[in-house]
Amino acid sequence: MASELNKLTIAEASAMLRKREISALELTRDCLERIAAAEPKLNAFITVSEKEATEQARQADARLASGGDEAPLLCGIPLGIKDIYATTGVRTTCASRILENFVPPFDATVIERLRSDGAVFIGKTNMDEFAMGSSTENSAFGPTLNPHDTGRVAGGSSGGSAAAVAAHECLGALGTDTGGSIREPASFCGVVGLKPTYSRVSRYGVIAYASSLDQVGPFAKSVRDAAIILRTLAGKDPRDSTCSARAVPDYERALTGDVKGLRIGVPKEFFVEGMEPEVEKSVRAALKTYESLGATTAEISLPHTGYAIAAYYLVATAEASANLARYDGIRFGLRVDAENNISLNEITRAQGFGAEVKRRIMLGTFALSAGYYDAYYLKGQKVRTLIRNDFERAFQKCDLIVTPVAPTTAFKLGEKMNDPLTMYLSDIFTISVNLAGLPGMSIPCGYDSKHLPIGMQLIGPPFSEETILRAGDAFERSGASKPRATAI
Amino acid sequence: MAEPKITLEQVRHVARLARLRLSPDEEERVRADMDEMLAYVDKLNELDTKTVAPTAQVGEAGTPMRDDEVTNQPAADAMLANAPSRERNYFKVPKIIE
Repeated sequence: MASELNKLTIAEASAMLRKREISALELTRDCLERIAAAEPKLNAFITVSEKEATEQARQADARLASGGDEAPLLCGIPLGIKDIYATTGVRTTCASRILENFVPPFDATVIERLRSDGAVFIGKTNMDEFAMGSSTENSAFGPTLNPHDTGRVAGGSSGGSAAAVAAHECLGALGTDTGGSIREPASFCGVVGLKPTYSRVSRYGVIAYASSLDQVGPFAKSVRDAAIILRTLAGKDPRDSTCSARAVPDYERALTGDVKGLRIGVPKEFFVEGMEPEVEKSVRAALKTYESLGATTAEISLPHTGYAIAAYYLVATAEASANLARYDGIRFGLRVDAENNISLNEITRAQGFGAEVKRRIMLGTFALSAGYYDAYYLKGQKVRTLIRNDFERAFQKCDLIVTPVAPTTAFKLGEKMNDPLTMYLSDIFTISVNLAGLPGMSIPCGYDSKHLPIGMQLIGPPFSEETILRAGDAFERSGASKPRATAI
Repeated sequence: MAEPKITLEQVRHVARLARLRLSPDEEERVRADMDEMLAYVDKLNELDTKTVAPTAQVGEAGTPMRDDEVTNQPAADAMLANAPSRERNYFKVPKIIE
């Protein structure tokens, strides 16, 4: 237990692996040891793939021994994978009873890319069932607890990935973000979480929730590490027709530390009633830091912000109701036998899905049903246009928008479970970014008086990941917010 | 008390469309939750959207074209490995036609 290589960043570990100062096997073993010690308290993983990870680490060591500096930066790096990604031969549950025993016969595109880089998949991380939730309490495998305070949630839906990285169970992780599912848990757990531009990363093999909003992205201990992972994830994929063919930059090269002249917009609609004063204070202090680094800040307006959650819950649930129609008990997943096919579908789905998933399928089916489509689904899509236009106008005056990630720090377990709408409102600052298809990143900017992490959100125009990463990295370098050790 | 936005009868109809067999308790709970959400989304009606075009997709314009070539290999066993019930190379289901 002496070495604790699991506490390294990806950039650090990668450099040491290349110099053969450490081996991928040692690194992986330290992560597995940490997992064994921390999991009883955190529940960040649904499946730990010790055997497969050990084998991948051995292969990475062989590659590093022969290739050395030629090996990709992620070669030998242990990563946590949200249990929403299809992984060949390793069960993929989406935290649902309906997929409890599903073992995919194929890899998601991003898994294939990480695999070919030589990354080590340490396990499949916990999440809200089908990525529907903001706290990872909607998991059929029990909630993930926050490593900074185990009486509190890790955020969601990618709570397992956020907690695993924060607790050094792995060096980085994959999440998905449909309405804030990377950024909110990153904020609650005090790590970096990046949701790239819609279409920047392939979703092939990622279990679909709301296809016009879903996006793949990394969790990391530093902005640099997020840049390293994104470079491998991003880029054209013939198997996802929505995926952009734009060239993928070397994101690490954008990390110059220089934000002089960067115009930061601060939307007045995001600093409203209901925000914890400590969160506002911390984000305002971060804006001062940016000013001291040579950036300028100015108030801007995103007038339709208050309508984003309503629009989202029509659009996302409608898409979910269609995407989840495939879980019918016929071809894969749970089957509960019945006297005829329709009863089989109905009973299988009734037993296989949890309460939140049923709630969203019902709302979405209703919003699409005859007589209600125009009033609900179409209305939601039109308001989505207004929200997009708000951002387009704003980015004529600024290069980057900075906001809090969430109105509060991590809330208590069970606090919002009996009131769906209150839970939905915790995504108030992240959801509009998905509706507009923009990149957004959560980085730690401070702690509240309860020692809980506070996250700041950096939002840019489409395909401005380099600007976002550069600004995030510059803030990290300033030393204005120092990461603290977790309680667990 | 405002008019309910959705009745139990409508909930049962939607559940049927969604192939979800809800228990009587669930039906009432789902009705109340949907009612709350539908009342909440009513705020969208504050906005005049008569001349606003809907956004269905935010990605880059255009659908990429490719040659119509088979690139995968038949893998019936792999595809059927997750089947809850199979017979030879078929998914087995209860009788559909009476």
